[in-house]
Amino acid sequence: MIRPGLRRPALLARRARRDAGFLATGVLPHLALVPVWGWAATFTARTGHWKPALQVAVLLIVLGTPLVTAVQRVRHRILLGVDVVPSAPAAEPWSWAVAARQALRWLTSAQTWRQVGYHLLLGPLLAAAELLVLAAAVAGLAGATAYGWAWSVPARDRRGWLGYATQLPWYTLAGLLLLGALPWVAGATARGESRAAAALLGPSRSQRLQQRVEHLAESRTGLIEAVDAERRRIERDLHDGTQQRLVSLAVNLGLVLATTPDLPAGARAAVAEAHLEAKHAIAELNDLVRGLHPAVLEDRGLDAALSGLAARLPLPVRLRVDLDERVPPGVESVAYFVISEALSNVIKHAGATRTEVTVRQVGAVLRVNVTDDGLGGADPSAGTGLGGLAKRVDAIDGSFHVSSPVGGPTTVTAELPCAR
Amino acid sequence: MRAVIAEDSVLLRVGLVKVLEMGGFQVVAEVDDAPSLLAAVEQHRPELALVDVRMPPSFTDEGVRAALEIRRRRPGTAVVLLSQYVEERYAADLLSADTSGVGYLLKQRVADVTEFVETVRRVAGGGTALDPQVVAQLLLRRSNDPLERLTPRERDVLALMAEGHSNTGIAETLTISESAVAKHINNIFAKLDLPAADSGHRRVLAVLRFLGTSRS
Repeated sequence: MIRPGLRRPALLARRARRDAGFLATGVLPHLALVPVWGWAATFTARTGHWKPALQVAVLLIVLGTPLVTAVQRVRHRILLGVDVVPSAPAAEPWSWAVAARQALRWLTSAQTWRQVGYHLLLGPLLAAAELLVLAAAVAGLAGATAYGWAWSVPARDRRGWLGYATQLPWYTLAGLLLLGALPWVAGATARGESRAAAALLGPSRSQRLQQRVEHLAESRTGLIEAVDAERRRIERDLHDGTQQRLVSLAVNLGLVLATTPDLPAGARAAVAEAHLEAKHAIAELNDLVRGLHPAVLEDRGLDAALSGLAARLPLPVRLRVDLDERVPPGVESVAYFVISEALSNVIKHAGATRTEVTVRQVGAVLRVNVTDDGLGGADPSAGTGLGGLAKRVDAIDGSFHVSSPVGGPTTVTAELPCAR
Repeated sequence: MRAVIAEDSVLLRVGLVKVLEMGGFQVVAEVDDAPSLLAAVEQHRPELALVDVRMPPSFTDEGVRAALEIRRRRPGTAVVLLSQYVEERYAADLLSADTSGVGYLLKQRVADVTEFVETVRRVAGGGTALDPQVVAQLLLRRSNDPLERLTPRERDVLALMAEGHSNTGIAETLTISESAVAKHINNIFAKLDLPAADSGHRRVLAVLRFLGTSRS
């Protein structure tokens, strides 16, 4: 275990070694394309034919760029632990046509030309900076050990060096200063270089944002599907389990009542009470499960599912569904949820005497309307009910609107995009 | 009378057997999915099939489709569909083929054992029985059609007719006189443009009028 006082210098030294190694390995790949344009320049100067020189140079640069880029990526990852993310190519099965298309896309993409710029222009500059830092390291080492060098020279020659006794301390001091400054200079250079590589070799900001947006959209869709699947699972579990048990219980209690007429009055009353409770429980559970995701929605669509929903409300509902064809299942599910929740809000809060539900397809949009003649004054930001609806609609990029002046009427509108 | 039961919940199946046996039926087969139901009907030729709508493998409307198939193959077999939720669409499918000897009820109605047994007997005898919830769904959104012209009381009467009640039953339920029921029914026939002839089927036709408009 290193003592705390020593840890910092040790860390600095390790970092300095890492940075120096990183800079040293950069020189060659950074200069890799220099001979190409160097040769092109001298060829043109010598022969005066710039066209063939340019063609060969462009070809070599185009072929060399991916290679040098790959080398730089490996170098950054291994020596600095920095990932210069390549822009992900579209995964398509390989064929000549696909390969040609991808090559063309690669040639015309701004990213490729940023890479070329990096290797052609920035590369030599970075190589120069790296060489400077490395030279400073060598000079620093040489200066710091100046006394050693001086004493290793035979005394006879040393005597010929006038003033060495006054110069040596300065050399040593300068060397030590250089060595002291080296970790920071090397670190700054390495950082600058990795930043430049990330900016020019990796995807651009807009590409990164686009990838992020795609990723987010995908994960959101996945999440919505997972939630829907979960609702269906709960519905199925309740339907196949709890509901059947309750019905079976109610049937057995009913059988007791029907088949044992000589039951004592007290027992009979208790069984009758239990029978009634069981039937209430079934009705309540039915209402609850029905709000989740009825099987008929999947099976016959929105129109069929809504008539079942509306018929069980304790107030008159006028239902109009104008759909030429089924909308995508995800949209059906949201529309059903919105209407189901909006109607239960009406029952709980509105004090309405009648409601009207309309579902219409307008172009690529499914428009859902729930209107009641109740008290009004519904506030989407106050309760969780309407807010939850807005979020659910938002999740499929729909729009949600509540109009509810005090005194009514309240209209809940949702517009759901349903392009396939 | 002989009956087969198709229900995938074992617990409920046991209860249904007891209820039917109490009602004087002889349960000749109990199955848990649609293919074995069709096989059992072919084998035993029962007078009645009591069928759960939602069964394996797809858990949607197997029972309805099996019922239609039974009616096609063995038209004399009465079918009572049971479901946790009743849907007018399924009722429309069921009744579009033939209206006699068909019932479609919520499962929880079985709990009222005596009434349920009566209903099943009525269906087995060629009657029709729709759950009040189906009737409510049918009455729901028919706006621009003849049903709009019915008074609320006439709607009540029509609903009870759809559930399969006789005039006496309707009169008892609504606590009105039987002659008042008859008057309401005549008004309903008139408003729905049902001809006076062929009176035996007019009750069924009135029920079908719901379904006819529900499919437009």
